[in-house]
Amino acid sequence: MIPVLIGITLIVFTLVQIIPGDPATTMLGVHARPESIEALNRELGLDKPLWRQYVYYVGNVATLDLGESLKFKVSVASLLRKRMEVSLLLIAYATVLIVAISLPLGVATALKKDSPFDQAVRALLMVTMVMPGFWVGILMLILFSIKLGLFPVSGYGEGAVAHLRHLFLPALTIALSLTPIQVRSLRGSILEAMESDYVKTARAKGLRERTVVLGHILRNALIPAVTLLGLSVGYLMGGTVIVENVFSLPGAGKLLVESIGARDYPVVQSTTLIFAVLVILVNLATDLVYSFLDPRVRLG
Amino acid sequence: MSRVASVAGEPDRAAGSTGVATAAAPGLREVARRPGLIRWRERNLMIGGVLILAIVLVAVFAPAIAPRGAQETDYTARLESPNRDHPLGTDNLGRDILSRILHGTRIDLRVGAISVILPFLIGTLLGSLAGYYGGWIDTAIMRLVDVVQAFPFLILIIAIVAVLGPGLSNMYIAVALVAWVTYARLLRGEILVAKHREYVEAARAMGARDARVIGRHILPNVISSALVFAMADVILYIVLAASLSYLGLGARPPEPEWGAMITEGRTFLATAWWISAFPGLAIVLTGIAFSIFGDGLADALRPNRR
Repeated sequence: MIPVLIGITLIVFTLVQIIPGDPATTMLGVHARPESIEALNRELGLDKPLWRQYVYYVGNVATLDLGESLKFKVSVASLLRKRMEVSLLLIAYATVLIVAISLPLGVATALKKDSPFDQAVRALLMVTMVMPGFWVGILMLILFSIKLGLFPVSGYGEGAVAHLRHLFLPALTIALSLTPIQVRSLRGSILEAMESDYVKTARAKGLRERTVVLGHILRNALIPAVTLLGLSVGYLMGGTVIVENVFSLPGAGKLLVESIGARDYPVVQSTTLIFAVLVILVNLATDLVYSFLDPRVRLG
Repeated sequence: MSRVASVAGEPDRAAGSTGVATAAAPGLREVARRPGLIRWRERNLMIGGVLILAIVLVAVFAPAIAPRGAQETDYTARLESPNRDHPLGTDNLGRDILSRILHGTRIDLRVGAISVILPFLIGTLLGSLAGYYGGWIDTAIMRLVDVVQAFPFLILIIAIVAVLGPGLSNMYIAVALVAWVTYARLLRGEILVAKHREYVEAARAMGARDARVIGRHILPNVISSALVFAMADVILYIVLAASLSYLGLGARPPEPEWGAMITEGRTFLATAWWISAFPGLAIVLTGIAFSIFGDGLADALRPNRR
């Protein structure tokens, strides 16, 4: 984990190095006074050798000093804390929706394998899988918010209930693109579990079908599903960047895109870093949950 | 999409691509019981292939079959809903949506194809080196893979395009820098297994150089899963390019790139839904074609299919 952390700081550090031309000039614009460019270069430590710059950067990151936003003139850390809250809530919401949609669909398609229902669901999921998220978001916005007036058009709202209402369509948009993989994986592992000896044993013992499905089949089939969900978190985060911009949510993804427009590179850099660190943390958590669910796996 | 499947672990990669028929690989017994099944799988490959061929033909002959030019404006026919003259309606400049979508096929297919080639080549090369030689080469390459994979795919692409500057060519660079890792992982895994096979030992015993052993003997035997993956990735990159256009980082209007078209229609959402809706549909149709084809390919290449 430590080498990966070092690696991601290296990549994020390199990001600013590959800005074409002089970073300070790019950030401040060609019409900036030479003195202010020089001052910014000094402030960013860009007048020092590269390895010193990197050490300096890692030192700052380690003490949670992510620099200052060029656009908002506040510390990036405080900016991100506020925006991350929205994104994390959105990610959690989407995860709940993914589970709520894919669990029943996965079980139903597996139990009714090759039936018209199974084939219809899978054909439908093939379609939702290739739909671009922002397009789905835009269409839902037209239909549910503008035409039908069921949901707010933009923003985040005040208070928990309002948040859940405002974030419903965005979370659903993200969920739709990830549900197909979940359903497919769940369906596959349920079918596999149904063939296994322990399920045959359970049936032979004369257990009720319900007990066999819930207690034996599902319990084992859920393990890979949990892993896949944990590993999908990076994809989920990509989804939030898109939908936050479609639905004008004040999250980190919208901040990222705004900062790109404003050439606010410290913010771009730190947002990327934070998202990567989150992915690593979630992967770690997934490993822990996995070892909890599957007693055969012990973390060494 | 494959980005997600990719991290889920190599073995179910090729099987877990995108479509209907793959989801559960029927066991041998089942295939024997239902003789029609094998033909059905090949039908998948054929349907997908025909669809892709049709899309490619549209791209090639777009100027001939499109009723109007991609940028041809008609101020007497602005924001018209779908009608006989304009089957998919017109936009705010009176441009024919159908014609723009047909022309856009050229851009989006090219984007999908170009995007997939570089990561495929880089990933194949580095994955082969890592798998074949092992040792520090393997460690170094796989560490890099781990680091790149720690980033959310889309966010790292966005960040790289952000510093390089918006545009499709910078997107190709970003994709090449990020997406090779899936292919490298895949190839490394395959080669780790294959390099101990007898045919490899035989080739080595006959004095073949490493490059020849890898290129002529191992790769042709293990490349198929990566190809299936590449097929599924084409649509991933078309969607990616569209998304970047939406965020203002990809193709710029008035280019009839599908994502840019969807974005342009955003302003007229409440009154003229067709401007955004139909280009998205074009992406979905293309995606379905590649998904079906990818599934058919995965089935056809699966070695134990008989």
